[in-house]
Amino acid sequence: MPSREVLDALKGALGCDQVLTDREDLLCYAYDATADMPRHLPEVVVTPRSTEEVVQVVQVANRFKVPIYTRGSGTNLSGGTVPTRGGIVLSTLLMDKILEIDHQNLTATVQPGVIIQDLNDAVACYGLIYPPDPGTVTTATMGGSVAECSGGLRGLKYGVTKHYVMGLEVVLADGQVLRAGGKTVKNVTAYDLVKLFTGSEGTLGIFTEITVKLVPAPEARRSMLAVFKDLSSAARTINGIIAAKVIPATLEIMDNMTIRTVENYARVGLPMDAAAVLLIEVDGIAEVVAREAEAVARVCRENGGELTEARSDADRDRLWAARRAALPALAQLRPTTVLEDATVPRSRVPDMLLALQEIAAKYNLRIGTFGHAGDGNLHPTILADERDREEMQRVHQAVDEIFRVALELGGTLSGEHGIGEAKKKYLEWELGPAGMDVLRRIKQALDPDRLLNPGKVVD
Amino acid sequence: MGIYGGLDGVREEIIKCMKCGNCLAVCPIYKENKREAASARGKVQMADAILKGEIGCTAGIADRLALCLTCRACVAACPSGVEADQVVLSARAEVVRQRGLPRAKGAIFAGLKRRKLFHAALRVGARLQRLGLARIDRDKARPRFPIGLDTRRVIAPLAAVSLRQQLPSLVGGNGAGLRVGFFTGCLINYLYTDIGQAVVQVLDHYGARVIIPPDQHCCGTPVMVHGDAATARDMARSQVNVFSAANVDVIVVACPTCGCAFKHNYPALLEGDRVYRERAQGLAAITYDITELLVDKLGMGSNPPGSGKSHTVPGTGKLRVTYHDPCHLVRSQRLKVQPREMLRAVPGVSLVEMKAPDRCCGGAGSFSLTHYDISMRIGARKAADIGATGAAVVATSCPGCRMHITDVLSRHGMAQRVVHPVQLLAEACRAGSGVGGERGTAHG
Ligand SMILES: Cc1cc2nc3c(=O)[nH]c(=O)nc-3n(C[C@H](O)[C@H](O)[C@H](O)COP(=O)(O)OP(=O)(O)OC[C@H]3O[C@@H](n4cnc5c(N)ncnc54)[C@H](O)[C@@H]3O)c2cc1C
Ligand code: SF4
Ligand code: SF4
Repeated sequence: MPSREVLDALKGALGCDQVLTDREDLLCYAYDATADMPRHLPEVVVTPRSTEEVVQVVQVANRFKVPIYTRGSGTNLSGGTVPTRGGIVLSTLLMDKILEIDHQNLTATVQPGVIIQDLNDAVACYGLIYPPDPGTVTTATMGGSVAECSGGLRGLKYGVTKHYVMGLEVVLADGQVLRAGGKTVKNVTAYDLVKLFTGSEGTLGIFTEITVKLVPAPEARRSMLAVFKDLSSAARTINGIIAAKVIPATLEIMDNMTIRTVENYARVGLPMDAAAVLLIEVDGIAEVVAREAEAVARVCRENGGELTEARSDADRDRLWAARRAALPALAQLRPTTVLEDATVPRSRVPDMLLALQEIAAKYNLRIGTFGHAGDGNLHPTILADERDREEMQRVHQAVDEIFRVALELGGTLSGEHGIGEAKKKYLEWELGPAGMDVLRRIKQALDPDRLLNPGKVVD
Repeated sequence: MGIYGGLDGVREEIIKCMKCGNCLAVCPIYKENKREAASARGKVQMADAILKGEIGCTAGIADRLALCLTCRACVAACPSGVEADQVVLSARAEVVRQRGLPRAKGAIFAGLKRRKLFHAALRVGARLQRLGLARIDRDKARPRFPIGLDTRRVIAPLAAVSLRQQLPSLVGGNGAGLRVGFFTGCLINYLYTDIGQAVVQVLDHYGARVIIPPDQHCCGTPVMVHGDAATARDMARSQVNVFSAANVDVIVVACPTCGCAFKHNYPALLEGDRVYRERAQGLAAITYDITELLVDKLGMGSNPPGSGKSHTVPGTGKLRVTYHDPCHLVRSQRLKVQPREMLRAVPGVSLVEMKAPDRCCGGAGSFSLTHYDISMRIGARKAADIGATGAAVVATSCPGCRMHITDVLSRHGMAQRVVHPVQLLAEACRAGSGVGGERGTAHG
């Protein structure tokens, strides 16, 4: 237990209502969405409502040298919010105000606890969108997604969270409040601090205000589904579309294992023997969209893809149903679902898919792979049962190998889920000793007492 | 062993949870208080911790498990197909097994912060006595089973004469039609007798014979959701006896919670009972919601009530009706189109959908009593959605939702009439075929 003094200080600062200490509550902040990760209970959970209250919590943490684990909705997949060293969990969920929508400068300023979809709903009436759309848009917070630099289905054309964060208010480990960036499109004042904090996974500071860029909603879109008999035709199609100078908003792939599972689960009409399906969506100005859709359809056909085009919203829903069913269908096969996000350059996607099939065979595991083929970000999904220790051992070996192959193919450990606790041990493979040293020095400079999310990313 | 025999019965559900948090987006309670412990994920993880011995069945666990409407919104959103409501119910039963039932009244009245309600609840007690229904009292005059109203925050005036006293035990059909056993449920029997009258009139109109077994009693859900599996099991057995003896072709209910009792809970409660298991399953297979029976089995859609006087509002010509989906109908029984089809068949009705018609109204039986504030906050969202439709009538196929929505609307100064769809249909039948007013008392 933290000393009475810590609890008293927190209660004094925030009031008793915003400080949870019952074991029953603590238990509910001991996990996040990461599979195969034991619970670690914090000693106290605080729910501040303002920047000032966050500062006060940080001051208490500083005074008593207690760690702070900042938490949004706890949907990250890398153990980023699990309080592995106890201490304080700081939940941002009560800081959920959209502070401003500036439709002249095309920006929105929000508190960190705002849910991504709520921001989208609020800007829709201005004909604007906030493009980053992780699978968890309806649950994840803006703070969590900025801290993870989340991607999503539209990454290929629209980029990821870091391309939208323009300004941040950050409470630093010593309790100072930093404001960096702002509403200007151009800003080269000194180091790019906004980029430094984006993707920092709660280890360098606590965001209390976030200003993001908005873009006009596309006026038209066209969706297509193409079924392929062999993987290499699907791969040629992916590269052919880009070569035809079309950048689709969405270019998703599902492998045979996923196709079969989806078909068994949702009966959406996919051929069970298909090697891969691509879900492609182009969006933008109507005339351009029509031309792009034509080009995509041509490339698909040239490569032997069997094409279905959506003619209506209902059609589109049907095509998307297959992709949406991917995770649920796989997840229902076995109790434990290990979702990875190793990422390779687009041209190496077919190599990665083949390697994944080999890894599945080698370790005798069921791995379904789907994901964002357009940006090389695949989600090999390993299905297992955490009660079977021997099987879990094979899962761990397979995961090691997946990362090794991704790096060999010129890729990266994480396309969008972050390092957190779960992928820390692989970090040096990618960054080498010099990279690790830089990480450590940044951490040392900003959080010398290791108060912010200790144990995550870098020690 | 089933889910009520111990947490082991839901072990697979618990292990299936991948903690993805999808349920956070839809849980009405979590939306209001943003506490992880209120979400489906939180409750499933608590159950997991109990199973693994990381925490006992503490009073704090009981309090947190109480925060569930069993609305199944989480189940519908869950990629892994986790039946979180079943986990909650099973865990509640486990808590009761280990800790005993909290002093019933204490639990019920604890949430009663408002005097007005407190008085309303007491008034019910008084009236029940006047009706000759002894309350569960220390030792004397204990009825065989508690009745559902004990655990409800009752705001509608209690019927002077209960439905089963108003109606004979056999109505209509000239000896030929489908033999329909009507399970009335407590809310319809004691409060909303108008729904019960409408059910009987409409079934009569469509040529069915309605049998109302006099020995029926509360479906047992209120006891079951509070974790008293033992009593719930006794009640299930008794109900199975009553309806097996009634010799009916089908059983009809107009309360979705009672429907779930017959369709799902009795078979689950009696799973380990060699004698009763199959009989419960047999009854489950012939149980229909009234909207389901009329639309799917009696072909009401192709044979709408006479085109007599249609409903009109002065100036508009059409009666704007919006429909609220009761959780226990739309998700537990997957009945979404039938009630709407029924409403569309009523001459003069124009159905306008509200935003998120299937979002829980916040009533959830006794939940509104024990957690009044949060229940009202959930209801406020529903009131806003109803208001935005401009409808004059809210139809909902559940007496519990009707009660809660009526309360919520009145608190927001809104005057919409709240009815069960079968009532509008009955009105149309009366207007068209001259079925005539309510039936008189024919039976004690
Ligand atoms: C089913 C599923 C699908 C997913 N799909 C995608 C996807 O398509 N793309 C993708 O990128 N991710 C995806 N994710 C991962 C996850 O949803 C995202 O990373 C999400 O943005 C996390 O948001 P959160 O609010 O849940 O953050 P949390 O999990 O609560 O926190 C994540 C990290 O951010 C830190 N943090 C939170 N708030 C703050 C703050 N205010 N200041 C500083 N640090 C903070 C935390 O300390 C932690 O390190 C998926 C997850 C699941 C379970
Ligand atoms: S949606 Fe289902 S799997 Fe996901 S956290 Fe909720 S209960 Fe668990
Ligand atoms: S059943 Fe409803 S109230 Fe209960 S956890 Fe699920 S969504 Fe929440």
